[in-house]
Amino acid sequence: MSELNELYQQLILEHNKTPRNFIKPEQFTHDADGYNPLCGDHYHIWLKLDGETISDIGFQGSGCAISKSSASMMTSALKGASLSQAKELFEKFHSVIMTKIGDEIPEATIEELGSLGALAGVREFPARIKCASLAWHALNAALTKTEKSISTEIEKK
Amino acid sequence: MLNNKMNISENKILLDIENIRKDFPILSTLVHSTPLVYLDNAATTQKPNAVLDMQNVYYKEQNANIHRGVHHLSETATFEYEKARGKIKNFINAADNKEIIFTAGTTAGINLVAHSFGKTFLKAGDEVIISAMEHHSNIVPWQMICEEQGAHLRIIPMNDDGELLLDEYKKLLTPKTKIVSVVYISNSLGTINPVKKIIELAHHNGSKVLIDGAQAVAHTKVDVRELDCDFFVFSGHKIFGPTGIGVLYGKASLLEQMKPYQGGGDMILSVTFEKTTFNDLPYKFEAGTPNIAGVIGLGAAIDYVNGIGLDAIAEYEQSLLHYGTGLLRSIKGLRLIGTAKEKAGILSFVLENAHPHDIGTILDRQGIAIRTGHHCTQPVMQRFGIPATARASISFYNTKTELDVLVRGIEKVKEIFE
Ligand SMILES: Cc1ncc(COP(=O)(O)O)c(C=O)c1O
Repeated sequence: MSELNELYQQLILEHNKTPRNFIKPEQFTHDADGYNPLCGDHYHIWLKLDGETISDIGFQGSGCAISKSSASMMTSALKGASLSQAKELFEKFHSVIMTKIGDEIPEATIEELGSLGALAGVREFPARIKCASLAWHALNAALTKTEKSISTEIEKK
Repeated sequence: MLNNKMNISENKILLDIENIRKDFPILSTLVHSTPLVYLDNAATTQKPNAVLDMQNVYYKEQNANIHRGVHHLSETATFEYEKARGKIKNFINAADNKEIIFTAGTTAGINLVAHSFGKTFLKAGDEVIISAMEHHSNIVPWQMICEEQGAHLRIIPMNDDGELLLDEYKKLLTPKTKIVSVVYISNSLGTINPVKKIIELAHHNGSKVLIDGAQAVAHTKVDVRELDCDFFVFSGHKIFGPTGIGVLYGKASLLEQMKPYQGGGDMILSVTFEKTTFNDLPYKFEAGTPNIAGVIGLGAAIDYVNGIGLDAIAEYEQSLLHYGTGLLRSIKGLRLIGTAKEKAGILSFVLENAHPHDIGTILDRQGIAIRTGHHCTQPVMQRFGIPATARASISFYNTKTELDVLVRGIEKVKEIFE
């Protein structure tokens, strides 16, 4: 039961109850769906890129506390961040939630994750890891999808 | 066998649950260091020793291919395989063994009918009727064949309790309706549909009927001739048998007219490169080496169920459902999804502040296995305006004590999320 308290920490429950950036930005350059057909979690994510900087980001949709708080914390962390910072954060986050049960996670790594570190407990729940990473995959889809459509634009020209 | 599973008291048949539970080795496992409370029986049921032992005996002592060997083992395996077919025929009261076709499961059975009936009888402009509470496996195969044949799908709507609207159904029946395919007991709502009435109305209209009996066979007595359905499908794994085996019942007169679904060995009488003559029923629809161990295991499962008796099972499960419904209704912030008057042992619910997925995880850590999600019935979720439900589904080896544990588990969810 202690793993349960580890998973459903106050911070996560609080983000679940009042998610940040839970809104469609007025202007955006990239967007994508994040959908888990197995459990039905479904979000849409929008972001506005100014050069290399994520100047605005928001999401909407529904799902479990883990997926929603993860999306909320992710958008909070990424607002104003550069693309390379975002990539670095994702890699760190991913490595933490994928750490094998029983393996040590360095204290410093958790700290670098900021509030997202609260989701480290999800690694004790293999069935829930995809909930924690759903928003990140949507973000990735948004970024790569538009790159593709940009390249077809170039080809057309 | 009958007597040691039952106690006769006050003229009422009560099941000896304590002894029954001993027949299912998995029920005494610990999950996260607590006794397993298995309430996911609509997804799949657990297997009694009788089934496990029978499959073991088959592989250890009888394993051979069937219908094609003259040697001793092949004859034994063929005999056991066909004996199981007879058990199933009797179990659902079909008229003849040749009306019992072995498939991989409910999904495979519906696909067989959709394809074979569809290719034989569906023309452009024809209509197929299904209901608003179908499992995806009774939606998608019909969509696929309708698209291929240029036919159209019509949907019987339901009310807020999860009951089909028969008046609307009557309006949907037209000369274009070739087949009606509906679920007997809804896996996400628990509704027991008035299938006899549905069949009667369809027949009056000259339409055929398929009944998806996946959730029915383990919980209520099925008599296909009394129902007068044209097709009836179910899965072995939902009636305490193995996975990968299922049954399609079809009226012989209809099956005989239908084109084969898959071609291969066993389903032919003679093959030349110019022409193939198809085998008789049921083999026409059983191409290739079948799931022999699965069939024999399913036969054992049916013997086991018969030993306890479906009337006693149904009565006991109704008492559990009644008890569980009362308990859940008393939980503040909990809403039951599926409140039909005629209901089987399925308790689907949502909680005000907690998502079903989180409910599932928190219950799991307390040893309680339920299912969360859309239960392969996304249109039902859309109808009720919810993304998912948490679902506890009952079998005759469950107890009131386990339902008490479920309620304590839900209270823990509320503690975390309030
Ligand atoms: C009502 C209903 N129909 C069809 C199916 C599909 O059964 P199977 O997956 O065994 O083919 C199920 C199983 O969940 C069901 O509950």
